[in-house]
Amino acid sequence: MIYDYLVVRFGEIAIKGKNKKKFVLKLEDDVREKLAEFSKLSIKRHFDDLEIQLNGEDTDRVIGRLQRIFGIQNISAAIKTENTLDAIKEGVLQVVRAEKDAKTFKIAARRKDKRFPIRSAELNQEIGGYVLKNNENMRVDVHHPDLKVRIEIGYYETRIYGREYQGAGGLPVGSSGKVMLMLSGGIDSPVAGYLIAKRGALIEAIHFQSPPYTSDRAKQKVIDLCRQIQSFGGRLKLHLVPFTKIQLAIRDVVPEDYRITIMRRFMFRIAEKAAERSKALALATGESLGQVASQTVESMNTINQVTNLPILRPLIAMDKLEISRIAKDIDTYEISIRPYEDCCTIFLPKAPRTRPDRIHAERFESHLDVDALVNEALEGIEQLTFTSGTDQAAFSELL
Amino acid sequence: MKGERYILMIYLDNSATTKPYPEVLETYRKVSEQYFANPSSLHSLGGKSEALLAQSRQQASSLIGVDPKEVIFTSGGTEGNNLAIKGAAFAYRNRGKHLITTDVEHASAHNAFHQLEELGFEVTYLPVDREGRVSFQDFQEAFRKDTILVSIMHVNNEVGTIQPVNQIGDFLKQYPTTVFHVDHVQGFTKVPLSLAKSGIDLCTISGHKIHGPKGTGLLYVRQGTMLSPLFSGGGQEAGHRSGTENLPGICAMVRAMRMTREKEEEGIAHLMQLRDRLFSGLSAIQDAVIHTPREGASPHIVNVSFRGIKSEVLVHALEKKSIYVSTKSACSSKDNGASTVLLGMGIPEDEAGQAIRISMAYENTMDELATFLDVLRQTVNDLKIVMR
Repeated sequence: MIYDYLVVRFGEIAIKGKNKKKFVLKLEDDVREKLAEFSKLSIKRHFDDLEIQLNGEDTDRVIGRLQRIFGIQNISAAIKTENTLDAIKEGVLQVVRAEKDAKTFKIAARRKDKRFPIRSAELNQEIGGYVLKNNENMRVDVHHPDLKVRIEIGYYETRIYGREYQGAGGLPVGSSGKVMLMLSGGIDSPVAGYLIAKRGALIEAIHFQSPPYTSDRAKQKVIDLCRQIQSFGGRLKLHLVPFTKIQLAIRDVVPEDYRITIMRRFMFRIAEKAAERSKALALATGESLGQVASQTVESMNTINQVTNLPILRPLIAMDKLEISRIAKDIDTYEISIRPYEDCCTIFLPKAPRTRPDRIHAERFESHLDVDALVNEALEGIEQLTFTSGTDQAAFSELL
Repeated sequence: MKGERYILMIYLDNSATTKPYPEVLETYRKVSEQYFANPSSLHSLGGKSEALLAQSRQQASSLIGVDPKEVIFTSGGTEGNNLAIKGAAFAYRNRGKHLITTDVEHASAHNAFHQLEELGFEVTYLPVDREGRVSFQDFQEAFRKDTILVSIMHVNNEVGTIQPVNQIGDFLKQYPTTVFHVDHVQGFTKVPLSLAKSGIDLCTISGHKIHGPKGTGLLYVRQGTMLSPLFSGGGQEAGHRSGTENLPGICAMVRAMRMTREKEEEGIAHLMQLRDRLFSGLSAIQDAVIHTPREGASPHIVNVSFRGIKSEVLVHALEKKSIYVSTKSACSSKDNGASTVLLGMGIPEDEAGQAIRISMAYENTMDELATFLDVLRQTVNDLKIVMR
């Protein structure tokens, strides 16, 4: 690779007005953390982009990492030259030769420094002609070029950009506040977490366990899912809630077809309290309209009654196939399909009510000491935190 | 042995097996004690073992640059080769019956092919040149539309010759219906081989050749490659290899892999210096004929004959001085007759019967080699007088 450096362009954050600085600093942190292993890189922040000097590091690998960071619109590999016509011509030729797959090209020059004696349009022709003269196989295509070489003539130096790589889009993780994700271990909720994180939210996850009916392996599965979601940036705290006692209490007094509804209401109550403690201002779920009994409009209405927090449901209008496709893209699918029992599957009634209502739900709950059960569960919460550094150290001394 | 000059052992039979690292044995003991539960058991103790197994697989896969799902833990090189060769031949038998291998494979591969021949498969054994190498052209000529499996070792275990597996892998990329297996037992950590994007579908690695415990190894199975299992049972190792996982062995091997990998760059450079010293020292001994090629061979093996001295005699004479070398592959050294590898290279039978294999590890030192060469020179001279 002939490239000297990469230019990382921000997506939406570039239009965030006065908050822009905050977003950019956040993104810069994420980029530094994700690229920490490439020790030779140097990273510089500009007003509109980040500039990463490669200093010999592997361009493709660095770009691969950058493509997994939210808030980046695109990445260009580039070189710098002096502000002379000859140097620019040579530079463009190098870039064109490096992009071997391209058969057609276009030059797009822009003068930031208007003192540069040749106007942009003439520059395009002049340099395009030079490339054609030196590359017999290349053709110009101004409408759909394989390679668009952009030239930016600045006050001190000229930047020449080669191919542009797509970024992950979205907003830097943590720039949209904190959200408590209800994470089951299925296929949907990790995808919901990913999508919310993509919009810049810092995720905390809450998971309900029913030991001894659920095993440590179900817990390990959730831990692995958290690691995967965390890999897209930020820090992720997992709240593990002991849920057995509540489930047993529900089983004792609630008719079978309402058990799921009441169970979900308890989960939302606990999640709301945990969110308050963590200063998370919204809940997120992997619900998709009509997918199962608890995800009908009637169910949501009945369950939603117990909380005033906004509930973000990024998958609400998605089909299972679409959701699975994203899960595969973000490598959570394989983890989600591990077959361990979770708290939702063990006391599953044969025919849950698909159209529950609030009046019945309230009546059944009147037989339970709701506040005491919720508080006890909250007291029993176990917390685990995942950051990039905390990868399984437990066995490392043995291996 | 008291009063003898050469009391310290000089071990130069590292291609047969290596001495386990102390840390590796410590891991073996600790895992046996603390994580004895069956990884498949549902209770939490089993869960811990399973998590440790997962972490081991993760580490092993990253050390060889593949996906964790592509690592199958085995009992070693012989099982790896058998599983790869028979497993692929059986799995794809409806696609074709033609298999390609070489004349100089390890017994575990060679005999697996003999067995397949008895079962109706047709096998082409590629010949080797004077240096012990198959030619790419021969391979291309042998390749057919119904070739379902190609199995070639990376580094020959007797002479150290490197086979053109990269070139063959590149060629086979155009033929996704042909499975390519590489026996990397001798090459691992001696001659770098990248697996991802290499065209290699199956790759055998053994633990005890890199200072891990005996009875450990792994087989790389590229995603999408089918294998018919040799062992039927509980479906462990993604169904490729049933049987309760040898967790202490697996962890110990993975630790050995990490430790060896960490030393690899320096280790290979060191081996090259040792080999240069061996080459110059050996050529100075009268009647020595070096069979290992100077170029295109692994730095850890040197195969040499001393005219007029039967290899077995020399091995025993050296062992009296606490120096350990071997005649040929340990797995075939009990057969009578000269090495089939050397005969395949066109070396006359009497000369092949006089060959010894010197195989080194990163731990061997220049001083050891100097002593070895002194003793060897002396021993060869003494034996010549006796045998004349």
